Amino acid sequence: MSFLSATGMTGGYGGSDILHDCTITVEKGEIAVVVGPNGAGKSTAMKAVFGMLNLREGSVVLDGKDITNLAPQERVPEGMGFVPQNRNVFVSMTVEENLDMGAFIRKDDKIEETKQQIFDLFPILGEKRNQPAGELSGGQRQQVAVGRALMTQPKLLMLDEPTAGVSPIVMDELFDKIVEVARTGVAILMVEQNARQALEIADHGFVLVQGRNRFTDTGEALLANEEVRRSFLGG
Amino acid sequence: MTKRVALLYGLMCLVLIAIGFLQSWNVAFGIFNLCVISAVMALGVNMQWGYAGLFNVGVMGFTALGGLTAVLVSMPPVGEAWAAAGGDIALSLLSLAGTIVAVIYARRIVPPVLKLPVTLVLLLAGYFLIGVFFGPATDAIESIDPALSGYLGGAGLPVLVAWPLAGLVAAGAGWLIGRIALGLRADYLAIATLGISEIIIAIIKYEEWLSRGVKNVTGIPRPVPYEVNLVESEWFINLANFFGASEISDAASLFVKLCYAVLFVIVLAIIMWFAERALKSPWGRMMRAIRDNRDAAAAMGKDVKRRHLQTFVLGCAVCGIAGAMLTTLDGQLTPTSYIPLRYTFLIWVMVILGGSGNNWGSILGGFIIWFLWVEAEPFGNWFMSTVTAPLGEESELAQHLVAGAAYMRYLMMGAILLTVMRFAPKGLIPEATNRSTAMTRSS
Amino acid sequence: MEILNALALFANFVVVPATAYGAQLALGALGVTLIFGILRFANFAHGELMSFGTMITILVTWFLQNMGVSIAPFPTALLALPIGVLAAISMALVTDRMVFRFYRKQRSNPIVFAIVSVGVMFLIAGIIRIVIGPADQSFADGQRFIIGAFDSRRALGLDEGIAIKQSQVITVVVTAIVVAWLFWFLQKTRSGKAMRAYSDDEDLALLSGINPERVVTICWVIAAALAAIAGTLYGLDKTYKPFIFLQILLPIFAATILGGIGQPVGAILGAFIVAFSEVTVTYAFKKFLAYLGPTDWAPEGLVQLLSTDYKFAVSFIILVAVLLIRPTGIIRGKVI
Repeated sequence: MSFLSATGMTGGYGGSDILHDCTITVEKGEIAVVVGPNGAGKSTAMKAVFGMLNLREGSVVLDGKDITNLAPQERVPEGMGFVPQNRNVFVSMTVEENLDMGAFIRKDDKIEETKQQIFDLFPILGEKRNQPAGELSGGQRQQVAVGRALMTQPKLLMLDEPTAGVSPIVMDELFDKIVEVARTGVAILMVEQNARQALEIADHGFVLVQGRNRFTDTGEALLANEEVRRSFLGG
Repeated sequence: MTKRVALLYGLMCLVLIAIGFLQSWNVAFGIFNLCVISAVMALGVNMQWGYAGLFNVGVMGFTALGGLTAVLVSMPPVGEAWAAAGGDIALSLLSLAGTIVAVIYARRIVPPVLKLPVTLVLLLAGYFLIGVFFGPATDAIESIDPALSGYLGGAGLPVLVAWPLAGLVAAGAGWLIGRIALGLRADYLAIATLGISEIIIAIIKYEEWLSRGVKNVTGIPRPVPYEVNLVESEWFINLANFFGASEISDAASLFVKLCYAVLFVIVLAIIMWFAERALKSPWGRMMRAIRDNRDAAAAMGKDVKRRHLQTFVLGCAVCGIAGAMLTTLDGQLTPTSYIPLRYTFLIWVMVILGGSGNNWGSILGGFIIWFLWVEAEPFGNWFMSTVTAPLGEESELAQHLVAGAAYMRYLMMGAILLTVMRFAPKGLIPEATNRSTAMTRSS
Repeated sequence: MEILNALALFANFVVVPATAYGAQLALGALGVTLIFGILRFANFAHGELMSFGTMITILVTWFLQNMGVSIAPFPTALLALPIGVLAAISMALVTDRMVFRFYRKQRSNPIVFAIVSVGVMFLIAGIIRIVIGPADQSFADGQRFIIGAFDSRRALGLDEGIAIKQSQVITVVVTAIVVAWLFWFLQKTRSGKAMRAYSDDEDLALLSGINPERVVTICWVIAAALAAIAGTLYGLDKTYKPFIFLQILLPIFAATILGGIGQPVGAILGAFIVAFSEVTVTYAFKKFLAYLGPTDWAPEGLVQLLSTDYKFAVSFIILVAVLLIRPTGIIRGKVI
């Protein structure tokens, strides 16, 4: 069994189902990317993994523990870190306070150490540690958001379209950082609009269409797949 | 559904009839008349809250404006006051108009940076200019026979003319405040209306030249016969004898109450007819659509703020009419009697209890809550006396508690409001359409 | 000399009373803005909560006075205040558990919360009027003036003195201590930061593992404590009038919106602006101008912008100006 295995997820927000027997798995230290056309249920799938959606069927197992019935905030102590797409920083608080809030549930005394690691990973955050997060640029905010999530020392880091609305240069930089995070042994699950670039750094890719798994393979293989390229990567 | 309405209305009737038999018909109709006025106010608030989801915490102010209108329309003009200060009053009005024109004109021609300072300077200058004429005018007016008049008086028209006019005046005030506070956070409207109502009361309380202030205006001409005349007129004596009345003065006061009741019920019926027509018209459907999903309605190109303003103004007008009716019934304007708990928040309890968005519910809520409000006092006295009976008559605590018994009504209203909001948020007579989403929609 | 006299006059009748009044408003507005920020609704019961805390303080004060306990020259009410604070906190927590929590679980519309707070207002108003009655109560004892008008006249060598009441000094000192503590709490402590985070973004706060119920509890405790302190100081400075606490909501709300909803610094700023405007606008400048002008020169009228009867109109005008010009307030607050 994989480190995270969300299998057979079926459900929606009420009314009709959005996800149909959808399965997503991630291994430790690997990057899994969920791609697909608009309205394919990518973000919904990620929300389901994080417990923000009521599943009618299917289960979510993290590190051998069934967490299907836990509320989102109860999954954070279990080792899940989640970076929402919008509103992912406390705009009125400084960068450092944002990181402190990430460490809110931690009781150990290594918090300063983790904070230093994050400043090493994102040097700009160290420079702007006393500036309100609301005053930062879009790319810097994303770094704060990722940093905040990393402060919980998650075993699985989930990113909902981390590169939405940032320039291509910043996007490349962000992806580099994400790879770096993965190398430290954290499992990464990411939903992306920029499918090609995302698949380039992905160990595994999941192509969703209408809430169903359409293709599942390594990132490399998906990029090489003629049909995937034609249908989802624009040729 | 209709069965439920009929049943609840029937029960309310029975209770009033029981009061008639047990206490007296005078008491029953006294309560009934105020119930009808309360019902009109509740209809006004229901238009704002039930149709459009607007939280108006200034009902008291619009009611008081209606009352002031009744005074200004129906009281005889004080000739001396006009003679002494009419010119100054006219000059004050002229300066006011001049100031407004100057501000509007200046704002057009000065560069944007200077707009605010120029406006402020002109307003200040205008304020002092008005004061030059206005100060002596009010002094002159208030010094004329202060014990009896000391104000300008009214237009000397029949008081019934004041009822529709009161609606217009209150609508004007509602329009002003709505223009400012609608379209922003929902609670801004609440706070702004709270403010305007306090100011309206302050004006009525302290502008003696206008309303005699705390000296009260009494003896407002009635639209119905006076008891003293009735007891002397032959036809009435015959009528009373025909019904076998034992006491002619009781019969007269009952007859007066009946006349008011007929007038009030006519007004209630007219407003109700319009309210129901409006609710079922395309306009009403659109209002509810906006209330239930503002963003979706805005996305469909509905001018939400404009619609809200319309409903708000209509609701204020209805409250104003009710205010004029109330002052007519009382025959006097007593500014100190206007307190928000009684004139604003009590009306809210009526609407919530009756059923937000349902006009029939609002009327029923008006009846029930007014009835309880009146009967809470004797009930509170009885309750406190019973509870404190073991303490003995001499006990200070017992006397203190009995003295405070009248305030049991606040507790009761709070309890009713909280209970309904918690366990039956749709009220006694729920809105016919599906409102469940409206009450829990997130902002 | 004449200028100094004018300034002394102004200080005596405007600066000193407005400072004390502003401090009282600030404590109330801080509570309202915290509730706005954390629970996200306009709490119409806040005035009555102030009144309730004050009432308990008064009752305990009377009890202490009867027992012969005194901390002269300070007013006995200061000794009773902690009990009043505890009572207000209990009342706030009980109403939260019994009333507001239900709607929080439902994620109800802020307006529903506001209406429910009206119900709470009715309840507390009823309790207050049954327990202490609707009449005015005076409970200030101890020394009345710290600096009397006469003494200060002699000390300054002026015709005009600056009288400072003890209650005014107590108000300012207590407010300064409480506000300093509050900002330390919000900026430096874990719970304070959690409150700010929750006020900033509820969902993200949940993701960070912040317990919303705990934040809400702390918020009520602080708001109620501030309310009781504010009400007691106001009562000491003037007198305790049960009906005033519905009217005082208006300047408090005006201060909150002027400062920016959910912004503690803004609430304090707003409170002082409202207080100074109110006192300045209703002050008769006749004597003040007489000092500044040539000898024997005095303006005709009182030179009063607005009669004291209309002091609530000042808050309203400020409120309207804010809504028209900058609905977010001085320090950008929440506008939905």
